[in-house]
Amino acid sequence: MALLEIRGLCKSFAHVVANADVYLDVEAGTTHAILGENGAGKSTLIKMISGLYRPDSGEIALDGAVQHFASPRDAILAGIGVVHQHFMLIPAMTVAENIVLGTERQRDAATPRQSRLLFNRKRAAASVQELSESLGLPIDPWARVETLSVGMQQRVEIVKALYRRARVLILDEPTAVLTPQETEELFAVIRKLNQDGIPVIFISHKLDEVRAIASTVTVMRAGKTVRTAPVADATAAQLANWMVGRDVILQSRKEEVAVGDSVLEVKNLSASDDRKTEKVRGVSFSVRRGEIFGVAGIDGNGQTELVEAIVGLRKVNGGSVHLLDRDIGHMSVGERIARGIAYVPQDRQQDGLILSFSIAENLQLREVSKAPFSRRGWLTRAAARKRAQQLVEEFDVRPPVIDASAGSLSGGNQQKVILAREMSRNPELLVAVQPTRGLDVGAIEGIHRYLLQLRAEGRSILLVSLELDEILSLADRIGVMHAGEMVAVMDNQNVTRESLGLAMTGKWSEKEAIS
Amino acid sequence: MPLYAVLTGLILGGVIMAIAKYNPFAAYAALFSGAFGSPTAIGNTLAGAVPLILAGLGIAVAFRTGLFNIGAEGQYWVGAMAAVWVGYHFPTMPWIVHVPLALGAAMLAGGIWGGVIPGLAKAFVGAHEVITTMMMSYIAILIAHFMVENGPMMAPGYVPQSPTVAASATLPPILPAVFLNSNLSDGFFIAVAAIVVVHIVLFHTTLGYKLRAVGFNARAARYAGMNVPLYTVLALGVSGVLAGLAGGVQLLGVDFQLTDTFQSGYGYTAIVVALLARNNPIGIFFASVFFAALSAGSQIMQINAGVSANMTDVITGIIIFFVATDRLYGYWSQKMRPHRPSSTAAIISGKGESPQ
Ligand SMILES: Nc1ncnc2c1ncn2[C@@H]1O[C@H](COP(=O)(O)OP(=O)(O)OP(=O)(O)O)[C@@H](O)[C@H]1O
Ligand SMILES: [Mg+2]
Repeated sequence: MALLEIRGLCKSFAHVVANADVYLDVEAGTTHAILGENGAGKSTLIKMISGLYRPDSGEIALDGAVQHFASPRDAILAGIGVVHQHFMLIPAMTVAENIVLGTERQRDAATPRQSRLLFNRKRAAASVQELSESLGLPIDPWARVETLSVGMQQRVEIVKALYRRARVLILDEPTAVLTPQETEELFAVIRKLNQDGIPVIFISHKLDEVRAIASTVTVMRAGKTVRTAPVADATAAQLANWMVGRDVILQSRKEEVAVGDSVLEVKNLSASDDRKTEKVRGVSFSVRRGEIFGVAGIDGNGQTELVEAIVGLRKVNGGSVHLLDRDIGHMSVGERIARGIAYVPQDRQQDGLILSFSIAENLQLREVSKAPFSRRGWLTRAAARKRAQQLVEEFDVRPPVIDASAGSLSGGNQQKVILAREMSRNPELLVAVQPTRGLDVGAIEGIHRYLLQLRAEGRSILLVSLELDEILSLADRIGVMHAGEMVAVMDNQNVTRESLGLAMTGKWSEKEAIS
Repeated sequence: MPLYAVLTGLILGGVIMAIAKYNPFAAYAALFSGAFGSPTAIGNTLAGAVPLILAGLGIAVAFRTGLFNIGAEGQYWVGAMAAVWVGYHFPTMPWIVHVPLALGAAMLAGGIWGGVIPGLAKAFVGAHEVITTMMMSYIAILIAHFMVENGPMMAPGYVPQSPTVAASATLPPILPAVFLNSNLSDGFFIAVAAIVVVHIVLFHTTLGYKLRAVGFNARAARYAGMNVPLYTVLALGVSGVLAGLAGGVQLLGVDFQLTDTFQSGYGYTAIVVALLARNNPIGIFFASVFFAALSAGSQIMQINAGVSANMTDVITGIIIFFVATDRLYGYWSQKMRPHRPSSTAAIISGKGESPQ
């Protein structure tokens, strides 16, 4: 008998049926992947299993016993541990506080006893440290969560779930925010948990990962579970086909485009992060017409600051930024938008969208003062809506309901709204940071096609990505960032994964670069 | 939800009256007839709603932009002072110039007091508007005291009050034949016009769009190229303009001179009005009438049912409690979730995400 059984779960929202008759059996000690397009209903399913949403109908059974979760607390007590797609940590608190939070009064043999009234920080920290080390996920229990990298925050979420003695661990797109190394570490933890008999539900859009870690895969399409199969039998192309319902071209093909004059000229640029540590040190490069310039590097080597300095969100300490021969280094964000810089930011929920605004309102965010969104200060609603409807269809945002709030969209569809807005502006320069993060293979194919089309039209694209594959398949030239410097700029033709990897870790000598 | 808070407030108030051995039904009947029982009563209730509407709109605009203007009371008083000063200084001016001039002065004074000063302080040195608007409010009230207590605006004689405004600066009563001698003046039309204007600005102009964007997610607004400090100053400024207008309209339409009480309470009740109305301009009309009715009816309740007029304060308190806990609950539960940008405005306006 399966440890976790889902039988006929249904859940509808105002505009969509998110889950329609979902079935799932998760066996103890296995890793069960759930695959599905953006908006297929994966996160909704997880939210029901974890007590955040109440199902309209259907059953959840753990060890054969039917569960009725009225709140996340019930689910936690029953042994469901979840790391959500968007983390649920309290940034101002320490790691230990976050992990222990809510369990202070739980008394049993394994969780360390806390007194009823007083919270014992030291004891909490010690127990957290002990647990995290035994799991092979060392973390500093005293660090404040807001100072941690995303990968570390995820670690905190995992330890938090296991501290609550989870019997099932659910990871909703855990690798979307991880570097390849961190992903490997995560996989080691998953395997260890499996050995201890704890099943892991693993949601990802990356087919290779699913093939690497999962033993069984369930495919969801439009709210339904359409197929469950052992992973061993399936190729990546097959998985993609099951998911999207058609063949997906996993490798995008580039046509030859004649590169033109330089559009973006960055010279000797330096910039600091919010704590005034210099993060970009004398970076120089240029992006030409009809060119995709990829920026590769391990997360945190200055890519974010570099991009923010180019789009105007961060002050430049030194050096210059020229767009079409105009010095834009000291212009405001608004002026740079007007001069044709489009920007897909890394953090879609914090920077890219206003979640309580509708899709239509979000699509006009960066150019509300221009046609067709407004005329002389008056919003021209009808025209804006027409445009929104077009974009939503063109970029396949689901559901294509322009009045739905951006916050109600699935993660991948939120990303599509941002891409639709930025790419449709016919920008001189598109700065895209992790543009396909969280998108399903079908959508990635679409976005890549779109980027290549912009390139073919002679636009310039600055593509920052942590995914080497993405950079290798799209970029014409690749700049590698390490410790705030652009240590190498290479032509994609004569680049290998190995040389990229060497440069990213700073073990690259200039001599080789010349060749 | 707002209705639920109102009903709970009324019911709990009734229970408390019953415990105190009053007849709650008789009390509410008296309250209602005091508020709406006669044309005069209706006129007075509507008149009482006018300053609440104006100040409430001001607070709502600030909330929408994610800002908490709690100094509307002081902005009301600087507006009142400015209107009265202009009102008695130019007795020969024609009505058509004098009234707009006096009201313009009130708006300007309120705008500078509530908006520009706290707005700039927030935008450039990061001083929180809750503190600055409140402090500016105290200063305003103390200045008002000074003005009429042997200060430059004191009328000749020994009574601490200002001269009465000239007839050319007063707002005439509306339909005196219908509302008899109630306090309802043309200020009512100004309040209604303000509702329409605020609604249009918020939802039909790029300015309103930007104000709301800044309020919901300042980071995204910055990314969108919006000048966040500018809109902060602007929102607080408009907020102060409306609260100042409330003071001006009240003085030119109802009070006609400053006396040294300086406790209108409108600026504070207006916060509750905005909360109850979820910053919806049209909702503000009804919330204002409701609170004005409570206060107008409470006198009659005291006379006819023998229930202390303070009982209405209890009811108001309970309503505030329910409105506030509900909103605050939403606020905190969102605050506790990172990566979900939220803001005071999103919560207070009830437009934040709600996952079910
Ligand atoms: N709170 C909500 N209110 C309204 N609709 C919602 C809400 N949450 C999800 N939906 C809708 O339900 C559908 C399923 O969303 P869900 O987040 O489960 O997708 P997903 O499979 O996790 O997608 P992704 O891969 O993009 O994260 C989507 O169409 C989404 O718009
Ligand atoms: Mg999801």
